[in-house]
Amino acid sequence: MHIVYPALVAALLFSIGVYGVLARRNTILVLMSVELMLNAVNLNLVAFDVWLGDRLHSGQVLTLFVIVIAAAEVGVGLAIILALYRNRKTVDIDHLRDLAEPADDPSPEDDPGARSASGARMPATAVPALIGAPTGGPPPRSRSEEVGGAGGGGRSGEEGRAVEDGPSAEGLSGEEGRPGEDPGHLGRGGAS
Amino acid sequence: MTEAVPSYLSPTGQEIVFLLLGAVAIGSALLVVTTKQLVHAALWLVVAFGALAGCYLVLTAEFVAWVQVLIYVGAVIVLLLFGIMLTRAPVGRSDDLDSGNRVAAAVVAVATAGVLVTVVIDGFRTAYAPLTPGAGAARELGASIFSTWVLPFEALSVLLLAALIGAIVLSRTDIRGGPPSPANPADGSDGEPGAGGLADGPDADPSRTGASKESPTDQTGGH
Repeated sequence: MHIVYPALVAALLFSIGVYGVLARRNTILVLMSVELMLNAVNLNLVAFDVWLGDRLHSGQVLTLFVIVIAAAEVGVGLAIILALYRNRKTVDIDHLRDLAEPADDPSPEDDPGARSASGARMPATAVPALIGAPTGGPPPRSRSEEVGGAGGGGRSGEEGRAVEDGPSAEGLSGEEGRPGEDPGHLGRGGAS
Repeated sequence: MTEAVPSYLSPTGQEIVFLLLGAVAIGSALLVVTTKQLVHAALWLVVAFGALAGCYLVLTAEFVAWVQVLIYVGAVIVLLLFGIMLTRAPVGRSDDLDSGNRVAAAVVAVATAGVLVTVVIDGFRTAYAPLTPGAGAARELGASIFSTWVLPFEALSVLLLAALIGAIVLSRTDIRGGPPSPANPADGSDGEPGAGGLADGPDADPSRTGASKESPTDQTGGH
């Protein structure tokens, strides 16, 4: 077989994967595109192993290793995506801009009120509103703004809000996402 | 291996089958990255991986082909479908699957494809490999893995174990860590002593203080 054929197929698959990684917005679709790129590399490895006639079969063995690493990567990646979805209620890459440069933020430290007001990330107080009624977004957001504004530079208000909101938001999300784990979450929520 | 290259104008049956499978793989991969339905993307990925397994079979890499079917089609796609289900993705058509930089992505992808195809055609025009069946069977590959490549194999098994434990730690909700812990760096042990009892994960500080508060005798006896 001409080696050009598998090399061409692999090159085109890799380019399609590049397009998918760059153009898709959903994180799971980006993961699928990464899988396409890994498969293009695997096809190259198998083709060149056949071409070179390696007695140790290093190309095919490396293909098996890449497949195993890809499986591990998908497992960890999906766990990260699920954790992201639990905390932010979105898996859209365009909305995950925490590492972007701040546009005009006077205080470099984390101020949840200012960040929720600018819409840079979804605040923890908006989570119950999103679960309960999708149209009821503004009231908790305004409440968080008010708390953040009252806290201002003081750390006590901010920490108190975080401590107060942490268990309730997570309990609600766990109750919504996994009905089987209800007793544990409810018991823990009652204890804390 | 490059002395007598057969003509491109008289393809063998293997090459025809390989090119057909490659066309199926490329077409379904294009549908993966362009479809408007998230679940259909995962199902087209099944077609792409299956066609690639057929390509491996034609290239006499039997064991790799079956591993591809088992792991990719069997496990990875199921994991991706579970991810789609658990993130409550829209099942029907949704127009916001593509981000705003589609044109730039297409330009980059076409440029990558152009460069790669040009270089590959230029570099491997005279490369030819006669296919001998049975070269990639499980017997030869297993002997090679467990004699020459046994150290990377063991290292990879440890890596897989670490990745699975990491996935479990990341996806369990009763292991506290991550988002709440940077928000309350020192206040966690004072604010919620009960929640620290369940935590045995990355943040060991609140869990230790919580456990000491709940059962001081166990703390002194254990340590």
